[in-house]
Amino acid sequence: MSGKKKKSVQILVYILLALGTIWAGFPVLWMFVNSFKSNAEIFELPPRLITENFSFSAYTKIFQNSEQVRFFINSYLIAAAVVILTLAIGLMASYAFSRFKFRGKNLINTLIVSVQVVPLITLLIPYLSLIVLLKLYDTYFALILTYLVFTLPYCIIMMTGYFNMIPKDLDDAVMIDGGSRFVVLWKILVPPSLPGLVSVGMYTFMQSWNEYLFALTLTRTNDMRTVPVGINLLMGQHAYEWNQMMAMSVLGSIPVLILFLFFQNYFIAGMTAGSVKS
Amino acid sequence: MDIMSQSVKKKRKKITPYIFIFPTVILLSVFLVVPIIMVIGYSMFDNVIANKNPVFVGLENFISLLADADFWNAIKNTLYFVIVSIVAHMIIGMTFAMILNTRYLHIRTKGIFRVIYALPWMFTASIIAIVWRIILNPNGVLDYVVTTLGFASGHIEWLASRALALKSVTLMNIWAGYPFFMISILAGLQVISADLYEAASLDGANSVKSFLYITIPQLKPILSSLLMLDFVWTLQQFALIWMTTGGGPVNASETIGIIIYKEAFTRFQYSRASAAAVLLLLVCTIIGIFYVRHQGAEE
Repeated sequence: MSGKKKKSVQILVYILLALGTIWAGFPVLWMFVNSFKSNAEIFELPPRLITENFSFSAYTKIFQNSEQVRFFINSYLIAAAVVILTLAIGLMASYAFSRFKFRGKNLINTLIVSVQVVPLITLLIPYLSLIVLLKLYDTYFALILTYLVFTLPYCIIMMTGYFNMIPKDLDDAVMIDGGSRFVVLWKILVPPSLPGLVSVGMYTFMQSWNEYLFALTLTRTNDMRTVPVGINLLMGQHAYEWNQMMAMSVLGSIPVLILFLFFQNYFIAGMTAGSVKS
Repeated sequence: MDIMSQSVKKKRKKITPYIFIFPTVILLSVFLVVPIIMVIGYSMFDNVIANKNPVFVGLENFISLLADADFWNAIKNTLYFVIVSIVAHMIIGMTFAMILNTRYLHIRTKGIFRVIYALPWMFTASIIAIVWRIILNPNGVLDYVVTTLGFASGHIEWLASRALALKSVTLMNIWAGYPFFMISILAGLQVISADLYEAASLDGANSVKSFLYITIPQLKPILSSLLMLDFVWTLQQFALIWMTTGGGPVNASETIGIIIYKEAFTRFQYSRASAAAVLLLLVCTIIGIFYVRHQGAEE
């Protein structure tokens, strides 16, 4: 390539980089800076990044409000429970899929794959009836069970793939020594599959941390609300507390941001496995 | 004796997989198979849930839905929302992935920009909705920029005017969704062998040609799964629209997801809502079957 052409391509790349940064980053920056303004300054003209009244008061107000702290506790509890249960139940199912032939395997497999294309909003109305029927309305279990169904199929598909790569001879060696099948699963299959396990865990956490529609419909009291629904409650309840909503958005995004920054590769593997076929 | 214990062993081996699969099967039966049957059932009865003794009405709910101008308006909006979103996701995702894959940038620079460009991915719909409500406020920052540059005379109702509401929610959805494309395409680009490009350039192919004849065909499996997944996701997008325009003004940004929710939880017309949900399920199932066949054929 000629030097001149190379130079112009380089300049084009830099321009695109800058435009892309504004497009991707500005809304995030705007959320962040507005969480430090007073509510009156949010819409002042001309807009400024930092104002004289720079303060953490929006954050302290959230931490002082037990209702809003509760949203965070709820979100963490539910997400943690969903991750643990998804992995536990999913690992067991993956073991069965990877190591056994049994009647109904294909049918169950079809069911698992089909969850990916079932629009979840279709399930919303029957879920409400079911959850009320099971006397789980407005409880943690309503959301934990629901999210479990959404995340389990992905876990099974991913972990079965990992288990299939581990030779069966290793299982037999453990079983001859008198180890149970759970020992095989835990000692032989889980350790080499750890990267997949971390990816699935992150995907599962993201799904339950972010879910809005079912959290909105299957819970009623503020004691049971999660962060995505809770943020929205700041709108319209009193006046619009924009700065508090921004502070809560920042706080609500931090767990996912941390996961992304520190476990980027696992995170990406977990979130894109559906599209990038191995 | 020996034969006995062997047959016991055999039997046990037959049962074992079912023990391991049992919790999964129970969950998926109760919370997937049963609800799908329920929603199909609901769609064929007269006002279920609200009414203690619903009457079977066959396809009447579907007929009344398909005769409703509001429903067709929602379909039209949904198509606009889905098609514009997917095309934009593809273009932006592809562009960013190509930038992050050029040899003009240092590997560390690429790492930093990969994080910045992936940022929208980190935020949940309700947070995206609120941030954009501030940006798109008639007194907000976008209005200020557009007015200062002389494109408008101020106080644009991005979310509250019939002309702009649907376009604004589409813009938000584009912002929220492109990183998934970018990251997936980037992963695909990185495994395309450099030899292919080298051979092409020896044959005199320019960069446009090698993009069309190498990059695109090599990425095809990824692109087709991205399109399918994004179609199914965007089709059912609810949270982002509900929390910004609520489908309004009037019904200007109402999509199929909003219709299902509104019919059920603000009008308590559970049967009509179920009928709309079944239609959505039908469309997604057809796409799903088509997709699985297509993937099977490619392997």
